[in-house]
Amino acid sequence: MTSALGKDLLGLEPLTTEQIQLVLDTAEPFKEISERAIKKVPALRGQTIVNLFFEASTRTRISFEFAEKRLSADTVNVASSGSSVQKGETLVDTARNLEAMRIDMVVIRHGASGAARFLADRIESSVINAGDGTHEHPTQGLLDLLTLRDHFGVLTGRRVCIVGDVLHSRVARSNIWGLKKMGAEVAVCGPRSLLPWAIGEFGVTVFSRVEEAIEWAEALNILRLQLERMTAGYIPSLREYNRVFGVTRERLARAPRDVLILHPGPMNRGVEIDSDVADGPHSVILNQVTNGVAIRMAVLYLLAGGRPELAEAAKGGA
Amino acid sequence: MARRLLLKGGTLLDPSRRLDARGDLLIAEGTVAQLGGSIDAGDSTEILDCAGCYVSPGFIDVHCHLREPGREDVETIATGARAAAAGGFTAVCAMPNTEPVTDNQAAVGFIIRQALRAGAARVYPIGAISVGQRGEALAEFGEMVGAGAVAVSDDGRPVASAHLMRTALEYAQAFTIPVIDHCEEPTLAKGGAMNEGVVSARLGLPGIPTEAEEIMVIRDILLARRTGGHVHLAHMSTRGSVELIRWGKERGIRVTAEVTPHHLTLTEDACEGYDTHAKMNPPLRTAEDVAALGEALRDGTIDLVATDHAPHHYDAKEREFTDAPFGIIGLETALALVVTELVGPGIIDFATLVDRMSCRPASLFHLPGGTLAEGSVADVTVFDPARTWKVDPSAFLSKGRNTPYAGRTLTGRAIYTIVGGHVVYRLDR
Repeated sequence: MTSALGKDLLGLEPLTTEQIQLVLDTAEPFKEISERAIKKVPALRGQTIVNLFFEASTRTRISFEFAEKRLSADTVNVASSGSSVQKGETLVDTARNLEAMRIDMVVIRHGASGAARFLADRIESSVINAGDGTHEHPTQGLLDLLTLRDHFGVLTGRRVCIVGDVLHSRVARSNIWGLKKMGAEVAVCGPRSLLPWAIGEFGVTVFSRVEEAIEWAEALNILRLQLERMTAGYIPSLREYNRVFGVTRERLARAPRDVLILHPGPMNRGVEIDSDVADGPHSVILNQVTNGVAIRMAVLYLLAGGRPELAEAAKGGA
Repeated sequence: MARRLLLKGGTLLDPSRRLDARGDLLIAEGTVAQLGGSIDAGDSTEILDCAGCYVSPGFIDVHCHLREPGREDVETIATGARAAAAGGFTAVCAMPNTEPVTDNQAAVGFIIRQALRAGAARVYPIGAISVGQRGEALAEFGEMVGAGAVAVSDDGRPVASAHLMRTALEYAQAFTIPVIDHCEEPTLAKGGAMNEGVVSARLGLPGIPTEAEEIMVIRDILLARRTGGHVHLAHMSTRGSVELIRWGKERGIRVTAEVTPHHLTLTEDACEGYDTHAKMNPPLRTAEDVAALGEALRDGTIDLVATDHAPHHYDAKEREFTDAPFGIIGLETALALVVTELVGPGIIDFATLVDRMSCRPASLFHLPGGTLAEGSVADVTVFDPARTWKVDPSAFLSKGRNTPYAGRTLTGRAIYTIVGGHVVYRLDR
């Protein structure tokens, strides 16, 4: 069984424009299911899915779980606490054990870049990368694309700037690949110490001042600033970060147009984003969360071999 | 075993004597007895057919990790010495980052004894620069040299303290040994898993910038200038390092350097797909660096090829890239990689190969061998420059299987490895 996406979803870099388009289009009919009184369709009945979370995550894990349950899959959650992982079991042994239990899909979140690929290379089941180290977070990238598309209609030529700690961000990488494949113009902005040294090779514009980014952009995707970046010496203080790179109402007020505000969460209010921006009229942060469930339903459905043209029909009759 | 060996019908290749001619070589009593022309076998002489092969002074690897004592599950002095012989090496130098560290005369003596017992390639211990390789107090160079150490190094760890490096370069001069440094500025390289560049940025892996190496290269060169000591720079990986070494040599500073077969033949692209067999320290760099290293080996800016043979258990490499250990094995593929990737495309010729793998290591490290001169020790490598073979890790004599070259078809192979007049390796033909 080869799905339209292949066996796994490991990142947006390897996907074609058509495949990304397909996921976004497939997500459209699934949006509606979450608005129903009975939020369940039988598309994945009989499928077993393991949610393997080696890193703490609330939002992504819950979003996947809702997506799985609304498609009627049987799911098991494995968190790093209390599992064999904490007993020192290696990822390869974890993979072999999962395989031996004849599961259909694994959703993996892991602190090491390449962990999802590592698992995918070793098991027959489909693997969905729910964030691997500082590599990719493809479903986040897809839900960001869907949210932008909801607003702009098409992404071609739209100017999107990713603001913040691009160096350590898997969300940034998935967004860069996804946006570029969809024809958007992409920029990044942040302190140079938090941008990859080779960022110039990514085909993106680099802004060193957030004011320039705001003047240029039609949408800002504001990354979470991890508090440990300060202790590791990348930036002097969170306070100064907010003063120099924070997206504030005052800065946005000087923009030549309304700027759409995205944030993958969880937010540090008052650091990378001010509360009145996060809660403001151009924020689509909660739309991102809603779209996250639809995107993950689409990804699960497609990887399970579901035919995109039947996604509408798959909604019918619980 | 016959007391005399006649190497018949090969091409004698010894750049130390500008020798490159068809001819036989007779070994008696462990030394080169006669060379050149056609030699008749006398009584009780074993004849080795060397037709189609080069007969050269034995290869010497000045940089390998044999893991004993401490990690005998991964490699032992005996398996390492046999792997070396299979690769055409008649001698190897064992780095001191064992458990416990080779930082005293007793530890050095242990390695010498184990190597004698193995009866394969010679093994010369390298002592630690600092006690426990902790980078603080100098180890006892004099006693270690007395016990058989041929150099000092804290390899695996950089010498972070410039003062310690200076002192080592000064103190080592009493014993005429090189001080080998693993050039890595620890705060810049910290946490890094591969070369810092576009591939690391895409894969989301922490990078090690080229400057982490180059800063220490120039520091060491300047300290060699200050002290007059001999600094030998291990496993050079960047174009910038080559330029700095050239700068130092032009000024007569006593700096020598080595490059590994993998840094001469692979780039950071080998890390794609998070292949842990491409995880080395220093990391694989770019095509530009590879080209500069090959050119530097040709023109002598880089003096020699060394393997940095680093066996690991397969479990250790079968894991997440950031958690996997650095290093690959190299003893049994080094010759073929240099033949295939450097001699093949015409970057160096066979005489240069022999110079960089035998003559120079012997002279820079003051070791026996490196020449076929009559009366010299009969450490001889006979290799077939045209023999092709497929890399099959399961056939290695090393315990290590961690190589990125598995499945590759390479050209060039050792046929006989002769140490002190004894054949310690012969390829089944």
